[in-house]
Amino acid sequence: MKEHETLEQRLGEQGVSRRAFLKFCAALATMMALPPSSAGAIAAALSQAKRPSVIWLSFQECTGCTESLTRSHSPTLESLIFDMISLDYHHTLQAASGHAAEQARDEAMKAFYGKYLLLVDGSIPLKDGGVYSTIAGRTNLDMLEEAAKGAAAIVAVGSCAAFGGLPNAQPNPTGAVAVSDIVRDKPIVNISGCPPIPSVITGVLAHYLTFGELPALDELGRPKAFYGETIHDRCYRRPFYDQGKFAKTFDDEGARNGWCLYELGCKGPTTHNACATTKWNGGAGFPIEAGHGCIGCSEPKFWDAGSFYTPLSAPAADVAAVAQVSMIAGAGAAVAMGALDRAKKQKLQQSREKLTVADLKGD
Amino acid sequence: MSLQDIHIRVADAHTVGSLDAILNEIASRLHDFVDTGATSLIDLKSLPFSAEEYEGLRATLGRGEVTARLDSIGDSEIYETRFPGVWWVTHYNVEGDIVADLIEIASVPAIVHSQPEDIYVGLARLRQTLTSVRGEPVEP
Repeated sequence: MKEHETLEQRLGEQGVSRRAFLKFCAALATMMALPPSSAGAIAAALSQAKRPSVIWLSFQECTGCTESLTRSHSPTLESLIFDMISLDYHHTLQAASGHAAEQARDEAMKAFYGKYLLLVDGSIPLKDGGVYSTIAGRTNLDMLEEAAKGAAAIVAVGSCAAFGGLPNAQPNPTGAVAVSDIVRDKPIVNISGCPPIPSVITGVLAHYLTFGELPALDELGRPKAFYGETIHDRCYRRPFYDQGKFAKTFDDEGARNGWCLYELGCKGPTTHNACATTKWNGGAGFPIEAGHGCIGCSEPKFWDAGSFYTPLSAPAADVAAVAQVSMIAGAGAAVAMGALDRAKKQKLQQSREKLTVADLKGD
Repeated sequence: MSLQDIHIRVADAHTVGSLDAILNEIASRLHDFVDTGATSLIDLKSLPFSAEEYEGLRATLGRGEVTARLDSIGDSEIYETRFPGVWWVTHYNVEGDIVADLIEIASVPAIVHSQPEDIYVGLARLRQTLTSVRGEPVEP
């Protein structure tokens, strides 16, 4: 797409009708978690929008975030790259390598200084001068500081870039930190998750493209449209929690009936993400729908928050009232909440316990 | 041991509660439409349905008299449910994935209407066709 062209002009040249454009905007509204009635406003904004330059830096990461992005269905990655953004550097997806790749990054940074969107996945190791992760002989820290200077905004993709993630887990041998620990003078959006939901990544990009600004963020820098509510609040199993119906093991009657997984360690009540509504794999489902509790991967320090199979040690504010009602009704919902003693709670918070068979059984 | 020996029970969609909630919302919006003519949309992808509840919603709303098919950057299936004024609109992309799944409260879903921009382009094309058939320009 030529630089001066808007998306609507581009689609018009390809013979795409206004009706098709409105359909595209309806899909965008769904993807950005905006009200469906906003499709008209999106169409108006997009008819003025220019294609932004995007530079993607991958640091101390597993490429899971890029793997997730490449499974985005709406829009597809291809349409995102060719029609909506200009992806000028992404060392996994680009064809160029070696000096040619680094040159492409340098050129994009110069040509779009102050205007490009910088995407980062992976944490940044600081220990021993940052030697634990380097690209083309340069430390991640050096590369991030240079690229951040000319960025209009930074998107930290995945829990590693957003909060330090797995590399930051105790004992954090590489001294890994989040993007926001290094860059303080640029707007930063945290799209947390291990990995984040593909359409949440594209949704934030589409929001920036459409409206020319970043979406509203919560106190941890995450877009409210996707992280505004907990998994628990939007879970289709929530009514069972309210009724005090819990699976006690992964193969008991409660599990077969699809009851709440709270007592099996589900971290849904303290985890903010859109899995329960946006879902995964093109809307096929999400972990709780497959019978496994949420592991809380979009929250800071989730690796150090105790076993994935131990019930939450600190109940949410409204849990006590519900549990009390359930106990009166004889359902015994409060059993798990009081089961852990104070010392063990502290220990769980300080270091992640090794998973045991007892954890799996819910003992 | 066969699959039938594994006793998996599927929860009745109505016992979970979300189905009643969405049906009540649709009824409320339909009431508003009758009263004030206000059309509205519900994004089904933003709601926490189990697979059973989703199928329960389809079964409860059923199918009415009108079905339309839109062939534009992938298919779109549009049909009136058995409750007039309540439409189910599903947009697919070219790969066949659902990109938007909506309940629309209206006489006719907005996407079905011919768009003024398209009509204008279509008129020019029609005139061009006539010109080539007659071999002379056609007065506007």
